[in-house]
Amino acid sequence: MATGGTYLWKRRVSVSETVELEIFRYCPEKDTTPLFKSYEVPFREDWVVLDAINYIKDEIDGTLSYRWSCRMGVCGSCGMMVNGVPKLACAAFLKDYPSGKIRVEPLQGFPVERDLIFEMDDFMNKLTEVKPYILRKEGEEKPIEEGEYLQSPAELAHYKQYTLCINCMLCYAACPIYALDSSFLGPAAIALAQRYNLDSRDQGRNQRQEVIASHEGIWECTFVGECSVVCPKNVDPAAAIQRAKVSSTLDWFKEKIIPWSKEK
Amino acid sequence: MSTYRKPVSNTWWLERKPYFFFVIREFTSLFVAGYCLFLLVFIAKAGDSQDAYTTLVFSLKSPISIVLHLISFIFILYHAITWFNLTPKIMVLHLGEERIPNILIAGGVYLGWGIVSLIISWLILGG
Repeated sequence: MATGGTYLWKRRVSVSETVELEIFRYCPEKDTTPLFKSYEVPFREDWVVLDAINYIKDEIDGTLSYRWSCRMGVCGSCGMMVNGVPKLACAAFLKDYPSGKIRVEPLQGFPVERDLIFEMDDFMNKLTEVKPYILRKEGEEKPIEEGEYLQSPAELAHYKQYTLCINCMLCYAACPIYALDSSFLGPAAIALAQRYNLDSRDQGRNQRQEVIASHEGIWECTFVGECSVVCPKNVDPAAAIQRAKVSSTLDWFKEKIIPWSKEK
Repeated sequence: MSTYRKPVSNTWWLERKPYFFFVIREFTSLFVAGYCLFLLVFIAKAGDSQDAYTTLVFSLKSPISIVLHLISFIFILYHAITWFNLTPKIMVLHLGEERIPNILIAGGVYLGWGIVSLIISWLILGG
């Protein structure tokens, strides 16, 4: 689909040199409901949706609002619904949408502030609730002069995958449970809690358990699994949630069978 | 500042293929539970008398019963396969730094299923 055409089955075919972007627009000062506005953008083989949106902002309509930063799948700012699927706009290539028409909306399940910008307070609060940092039991914190807590590569392998989360919230947008009931703690927050629960240096599992094992926590999840499919970093939050369910169930059985073993 | 929240339609599960297949997977659990209930009732009734047993076995051979069994079988098979394929996500095992490959975990479950099915078939047909 390069400019002027391409070779398909050894025959030169002419293809569209532009792409139509249908963008969700919402201005809280004047709109009560959102609307879609279409923009014609030049097609470039190496362009991603974010490039096309930047082109619109720079050349066509400077009022368009959206979040972006690194342009390379690291910052997690440019999450958007691209043709109904949560994607990082910087990783969604225009050439992967051969129909030439792309619909861009803000991530699903979140309140929209303006155009493609949504409110992320709910996620930030949930993230704080799961205490995503290393916790030590009272009196077991080593003084700094004693050095770091050592860890073997095998111990690191147990949780490393979960450290790759970039908080892009694509997993929340893919989760129909979160869309239906936003009290659900959600995939990324639980995956990050698991990241610390599985860390050999951490001793805070019991402190996180109250939030994780609550009804709004892991038990709200029905294992749709789409959070893991859309994750740009292969964090696999769905697996983290199911593994937390197994651990919590084992806790319950242990407590019933050996009640005196309850260690806090 | 007022925000806009897109309402979730009742047909959200028809909007994307993965959601549809998820809902089907959940729906098939009704057949699993239903068939378990049917088996329990069947065993309880069949134990009443020799006549009851003969009548029940005869009723199983009716075309309606065969069609219902076939439908249940398809749904239960779908339920079992989709869950077996998800097992590696739940059972994450490590050998040192290496994670045991998904195919071995899922393969083990399928192998177990095959062995149990063979034993049951042998008990019913040849035992």
